Parts: sequence; C-alpha cells; structure tokens
Amino acid sequence: MPSQLVDKYFRTESLPHIWCPGCGNGIVTRSIVKAIDNLGLSQDEVCIVSGIGCSSRASGYLDFNTIHTTHGRALAFATGIKFANPDLHVIVITGDGDCAAIGGNHLIHAARRNIDITAVVFNNNIYGMTGGQYSPTTPTGDKGTTAPYGNIDANFDLCELAKAAGATYVSRATVYGANMIIKQVEDGIKNKGFSFVETISICPTYYGRKNKKGDAVDMMNYLKENAVNKVAYDKLPEEKRKNKIVVGELFKGQKPEYVEQYNKIIESF
Amino acid sequence: MAERTVKLMQGNEACVDGAITAGMRFYAGYPITPSTEIAELSAAKLPRIGGKFLQMEDEIASISAIIGASLTGHKSMTATSGPGFSLKQEGIGYAVISEVPCVIVDVQRGGPSTGLPTSPAQGDIMQARWGTHGDHSIIVLYPSTVREIYDTTIRAFNLAEKYRTPVILLMDEVIAHMREKIEIPNDDEIKIYNRKKPEVNSSEYLPYKVKEGDIVPEMASFGEGYRFHVTGLVHSETGLPTNDHKIAEELTTRLVNKIEDNVDDIVEYEEYRLEDADEVIVAYGATARSAKSAINALREEGIKVGMFKPITIWPMAQKQIEDIAKKVKRISVIEMNMGQYFLEVDRIAGKFTKVDRYGRVNGELITPEEIVSFIKEG
Repeated sequence: MPSQLVDKYFRTESLPHIWCPGCGNGIVTRSIVKAIDNLGLSQDEVCIVSGIGCSSRASGYLDFNTIHTTHGRALAFATGIKFANPDLHVIVITGDGDCAAIGGNHLIHAARRNIDITAVVFNNNIYGMTGGQYSPTTPTGDKGTTAPYGNIDANFDLCELAKAAGATYVSRATVYGANMIIKQVEDGIKNKGFSFVETISICPTYYGRKNKKGDAVDMMNYLKENAVNKVAYDKLPEEKRKNKIVVGELFKGQKPEYVEQYNKIIESF
Repeated sequence: MAERTVKLMQGNEACVDGAITAGMRFYAGYPITPSTEIAELSAAKLPRIGGKFLQMEDEIASISAIIGASLTGHKSMTATSGPGFSLKQEGIGYAVISEVPCVIVDVQRGGPSTGLPTSPAQGDIMQARWGTHGDHSIIVLYPSTVREIYDTTIRAFNLAEKYRTPVILLMDEVIAHMREKIEIPNDDEIKIYNRKKPEVNSSEYLPYKVKEGDIVPEMASFGEGYRFHVTGLVHSETGLPTNDHKIAEELTTRLVNKIEDNVDDIVEYEEYRLEDADEVIVAYGATARSAKSAINALREEGIKVGMFKPITIWPMAQKQIEDIAKKVKRISVIEMNMGQYFLEVDRIAGKFTKVDRYGRVNGELITPEEIVSFIKEG
C-alpha cells in the first residue's frame, strides 16, 4: 500500500523527487519507510541523516527529523546526534561515493565505535548527480565519464569493509528484492550497535548507459539473475561465483554499544 | 557582592570553564597543538556534569558532530589550530546557512600548512572572516587575557545562540598556554542567553521563518516533536531546498544582515588611554598586551598614544574606528601577520588619517620595545 506510506511518511510538498525514470533509489527509500512502519516507531523519534548525492536527497522527502548534511559527513553528523540524544533512532542514508570515497573514514570509525546507527547505502556504482563519474564501487573495467577507457581501480566490497571495521550488523540486498531490504533495515534498527545495510541500486541513466547495461528493466533482471543468498553462495563451486551479488545477512556480531559505554562513565560520577 | 573565587588558570582551561558556565554540554574535537588542553579538559570535565565528549576521527568529523549535537539542543563546541581550522571551513559554512549555533575555537599557530607549531601567530584573521566559501557574515571574538578568554567564551556561546550562527573564538598560543590569576565572576554577574524555542505548535512551525520583531527563526530540537528539515542547500522558510532565485537572494541577504544590522550589539572593544591621544595603536590578542606596555612607556616620555583593542574582530567596529580616525594624526595597526587587519582598518580610517602597520611572522611575540621604536620613528 504505497500511497498510505506516502501520505503518512513523506513530505508531499517536497515531491516530485529529483530521481530519473528507472532509478532504484525510490525502492530503497520506500523500503526504509516500510521498515520504520513495520517496527511501529514514532516519526518524532526517528532521525534521518543523509550526505550529498542522488540518494541523499531522500531525507528531504521524508517526514521525520531530517538533515541533509555535507558530502561524506552524514555519519559524523549522525554520530553527534546519536551521542547527544540516544533516544533518537538514527538512520543514515548515503551513496557509494558519499560513504566509500569522501566519507570513507567516517564509515570506518562509526563502525569501529559500534555506535547505534543504521547506515543504508544506496549503491548505484556511479556518481549520478554529477553526471556519471566512476566511484569506489564501479567494477574494475567498467566505464564512467572520468574512466572513458575503463576503470582501473579495484572496487570496494563495502560489506567486508564495514565488517572488518567493527559493524555488528552487516547485510546486502538489491532493489529487485525490496522485501529483503525492508527486513534488513528492520534488523539493522533492532541491532543495538552499528548496522550497515548495502542496497544495490540501479542507475540506468549513467552507469547503465555508459556500460551498455540496457534499460531499467534489463538492469533489474540482471539483479534478479545474479543475486544469490549468502547460504546458497557459500555452497556454489568457485567457477559459478563470478559476478554474483551476495545478498542476505552477512554478519552479526556482539560488541558493547558506544553511547551506552559513555553513559556508564557519566553514571559513575 | 559575594566574593569571587580566585584561581590560577591557563588560557585553554579558562576557555573550557567559560564554555561550561555558558552551558556547553557537548564537545567534539581532534588533537592539535596548541589547542589540545581544551579537548583534554573537556574530556575530563563534561561527563562529570552529564555532558558529552567525543574524540572524532578528524577535524571535519568534529565540526559535523557538534552541528548534529546542537540540533538536538546541546550547546556545542570544538577547538583546533590553523591546519584544523582550514578543514573546519566546510562545517562553518554549513552552520552559517543552516543557522545552527556552535562555537569554534582556533588557537592560532604559524602557517600556512603545518607551519610553526606551538609558536604564536595571528595569521588566521582573514581565514576566520572568509575561510568558508560564499557570501556570509561571521562573528569572531579575540580575547587577550586569561580572564578575557573566560568571559569571551561565554559571550561566544551567547552570540551563537542569539544569532543562530557559528561563532569563532580566535586565540593566541601564548595566552592559551599562559597561566594567570583570574577572578571567576559569580553566577549573578554572568548573563546566559539560550536559543529561542518555538511558541507555536508543531503543525504551524516553519523552521526558517523569522517572526516579526525577531532576529532569527525560533529553533526546535530534533526529537521534540517538531519534525523539520535541515540542509546546506538554499531553502525556503519550510527548510526544504529550492532553486528559486528570489528566495536565494532573500536568504543570503538575511543571513548577512542578521549580523551586520546588529553590529552595535555584537561589537565589543577596549579603549586604553584614548582620551587625549593624538596617535592610536590598533591591536588585539597578545599584541595588545605588548602595546599596553609600550603605551605606558611612551606616555612617560610625553608621547600621547592610546589603544583601540577590538575584542570582536568581525564584524568590525567600523563606527568607533572611524571616530578615532577623525581625531588622531596616525593609526598604527600592530599584529603578528603581514597586515591582515591593517588593510581593513585602512579601508575605514585611511580617508581620515594616516594608517601604518607593523607586523612580524617569525613565531616571536612583538615586544613593547619594538612598538616603542616603531611609534617613535613616526
């Protein structure tokens, strides 16, 4: 029932959104809202923090405590907000460039602290808002406007990065599997610690066009055909793993949460 | 009047104590000399009073965190030195356009770049004014004694809250690290200003609408039931982004004018032996202390010199400097840089009198003797 979700959780005066036809960002945004709705959280106790880029425009469309910050810094702003007011459920909306390039350091340290924030990355493998430059998640060899002869950089596995840095919930889903995103955002919010949900989005306008991936439907079909749940992936022989997108809950850990640790210091006086 | 507590206090310590008195309950920072004691003392003192201290991964993260914290209703501060101050500019611009009160301390050292760590310099005058991009106005305060650091830090928070703006506190390394005996003002001597909260209910709340007769919009906090949007983009009264040229013009103009139209309230300065002076020194921070000694020595010799010491360096005390310029035969701007404030004083005073400068950039203080010689040379 998307219309009811829009009525309740979207600032209709801020619509229509800026995203191109066929963009996957709307699916992720709707999934976040649906997860919040499923958990029954009050809009007043949710804070949505975003950075800069296509994905990060989502905060303005949503009727919560919302802040659209500077490029890459969403997690740093969010850390200040959560640390100052732990009663807020803080959800960060960020993109692959925002979170893995200019904001990479903040991602590592938010994960290391295990602060109770849920970061949802809209990974479309490209800098969309600036017109299609390659990002840290553009697959090696793919093209962008700044990689006209193919990208020679190794692309990041953001989930491995978040896990290694100390996140206590790590998952991945694609925009073809919206229900999986909803479930993962719910689990991320429920996890008392740093949760990292990578959503594989699609950008037919720039990434798709530059790399001859077809239209939005073709790109969705690609996600459908190549997304493999972690349990199934682990059983696949090596030769069948190539180009697969591993989805599902990838890691769940247990560590003290940052704000709780600090509050213990306050309470000791 | 109740007797005041007397303490031997370091400048950086006075900054932290002043901030806590002003209501600071959130600090985020990154270690950098010569400001580090501000972080260390905040880390020790804040949790004891229910406040929060965060050591962030870098300077930009620190200013981002304090802006976030301020939006939840906590008075917030960060401190740094030149190299870190360069990095803070991104957040300062954000706090300007989103009108989030916060205090940024820059204990200066020689630059550019890593420069001369732990040696004094007054080279960030213009960076404080114009460091972040785009048209904006800014409030910058500059204390010259440990007691003044205490008072000025309180004032920095008050101005930040009143004008919903980042306020920069520029300090000199020598005063930040110097210990002086200070009298702590009693509570009844201190004025604390808190941001104005919305009087309307949440359905009528427009986060960036200025009510008739007010200077800035009323400010709700995240989590209070007023759901609103904050952005670094040009925004309408709703807080939502817009490309409307008329709104862009109005917003930028309002952000500049809320400070420029209230210069009389914001500007603070000290006048020293100005009454009969026919020659005036303009100096701030540590240099003003040397200037005071120099003036006393020159007066002994019958040379009538006085000093105008701006404590608010931005916006400028234009009216006061103009009045002085009309009465004296020369104004000398003495500063530990290559003439950053001089050019501005000359812009104001140059049409009425001769304006000279004396400065140095070698990491050493300007001594009273040097100032005496400079003034005598004419």
